[in-house]
Amino acid sequence: MAFLELKGVSKGFGTFGHRTEVLRDLDLSVERGEFVAIVGYSGSGKTTLINLIAGLQLPDSGTVSINDLEVTGPGPDRGIVFQNYSLLPWLTVRENIALAVDQLFPNWSAARKRQHIDHHVGLVGLSHAVDRRPAELSGGMRQRVSVARALAMDPQVLLLDEPLGALDALTRATLQDEIGRIGSASGKTIVLITNDPDEGILMADRIIPLGAGPGATLGPSIVVDLERPRDRKALNHDPRFKAIRAEIVRWLLGPGAHKSTSVSRKLVLPDLEPEDLDLPRTLFGVKRVARRRSEQVRENIELR
Amino acid sequence: MKKFPPWLSNILMPFVGIVVTLVLWQAISGRVVQSRQPDGTMEESKAGLLKDLPGPITTWEKTRKYVVEPFAKREELDQGILRFTWYSLVIVAKGYAIALALGTPLGFLLGLSKSFTKMFDPIIQILRPVSPLAWMPLGVVLFSNTGRAANELAALFTIAVCAMWPTVLNTAVGVRAIPQDYLNVARVLKLSRWQTLRRIMIPATLPYMFTGYRLSLGIAWLVIVAVEMLTGRIGIGNFLWNEYNNGLYTSIVLCIVTIGVVGFLLDRAMSLLERRFKTA
Repeated sequence: MAFLELKGVSKGFGTFGHRTEVLRDLDLSVERGEFVAIVGYSGSGKTTLINLIAGLQLPDSGTVSINDLEVTGPGPDRGIVFQNYSLLPWLTVRENIALAVDQLFPNWSAARKRQHIDHHVGLVGLSHAVDRRPAELSGGMRQRVSVARALAMDPQVLLLDEPLGALDALTRATLQDEIGRIGSASGKTIVLITNDPDEGILMADRIIPLGAGPGATLGPSIVVDLERPRDRKALNHDPRFKAIRAEIVRWLLGPGAHKSTSVSRKLVLPDLEPEDLDLPRTLFGVKRVARRRSEQVRENIELR
Repeated sequence: MKKFPPWLSNILMPFVGIVVTLVLWQAISGRVVQSRQPDGTMEESKAGLLKDLPGPITTWEKTRKYVVEPFAKREELDQGILRFTWYSLVIVAKGYAIALALGTPLGFLLGLSKSFTKMFDPIIQILRPVSPLAWMPLGVVLFSNTGRAANELAALFTIAVCAMWPTVLNTAVGVRAIPQDYLNVARVLKLSRWQTLRRIMIPATLPYMFTGYRLSLGIAWLVIVAVEMLTGRIGIGNFLWNEYNNGLYTSIVLCIVTIGVVGFLLDRAMSLLERRFKTA
């Protein structure tokens, strides 16, 4: 039995009749200490998948279990780094992390909590900014705080929901290296969600492509057997890197691509008659009256 | 043309505006003219566009004693203008405190529960536009058996019930606007309901709450004049009404200016507080 396991998980939204299935019959197993990246199209339900693992949403069918225990709700054993950081703007960096530490380790002494927070802030290289508020930090710094907060919770699983999606390319590259390093050093089980195959290959041990939605399914898992630490400059010319990348892209564009037949959407046309341009102009412009097709009265006159 | 530095123009421009207003006021206000009658006596009469409106110079001359000794207490109905204002401010503060104490939790309930909103929103929308002049008699009746405190309680009731609504509605909007992300943080950390309220929801709603508080304070200050006119409590509104009955129009102008200035200062103070609590 794997550490983190999803079995036949499906999830949809909407009410009966207008229902869209986002994820269909997903199976996923992640071993303890493994770093798995799920690479998929935007809008394919990646965030829904991470929310299911986090317990913020529950699957319609199938089970999510961690350590053989079924996930029935969110909990601090699964630390999440949200796409939009989710830092509380009225708290400083220290207070944001302290909120988590105070809640999870209420029995610790103040000194131990302080040391714990300082350690994790230092880990992401933000010791100089510990008393600043999120508004005074750049996007990259905010995301580091978010990572520090998740790590300070000492979770069993670290869930990264497109953590670098909102960052510029250079910051993104730096943080990829940093999170990759911190992640593998912590020895934690990590699930990374991303839309960038390179990011996945650079950071993860194993990559699983997620097909296009609706009704997205997971592709075959692709092991990234590249030496760590991975050097992004050298990787660009590494034939193995290229092969893995090609494999992911091939699946995403092939079997996992948009299924044109499965898209069904009810189109509702506006219930309006086109405006009559022949109407005479008055002093204050054309008098525009919106007319609805449904309000038009039709009379059938039978002629004999 | 050389531009003034911003700090100078920030002072200069309003000053120019005030001067222009004073000049216009003087121009349209009534003045006293003397005319020689056919029988040789001099007769005084008023002239001008609004001949009963006292101009700024007349106002200053007639109401000096209220302004230069703002805290003097000569008689019950003859006190310095700031002393009157102080009486009014005290009662406003009490009524306002009641309004906030009732309005904030009510706003939270409305923001948190959809069914509560559906139940009580129509009633709030009906009570909200009711004028203080309409509430006041009800307040007097309700508290008529409380003896000496009756007037004060009626005043507090009226202020509270009129000033409460912006706080209620803004708090409710603020609670509904709390980003789901913040609540997700609370869920992941498994914060208790009370903790979630205290650590996440209240701080996240504060900016909205303060907007409500500011609007409520404005209304409380509006209501006090009406309340004092009706109940006869000593205060600036009551002073205004008495001077109207005495035919001293200059004092009315003084009261209007004072009420305006105090209202403006209260609003400024609240908006400074509000900015202090703005997050992100």
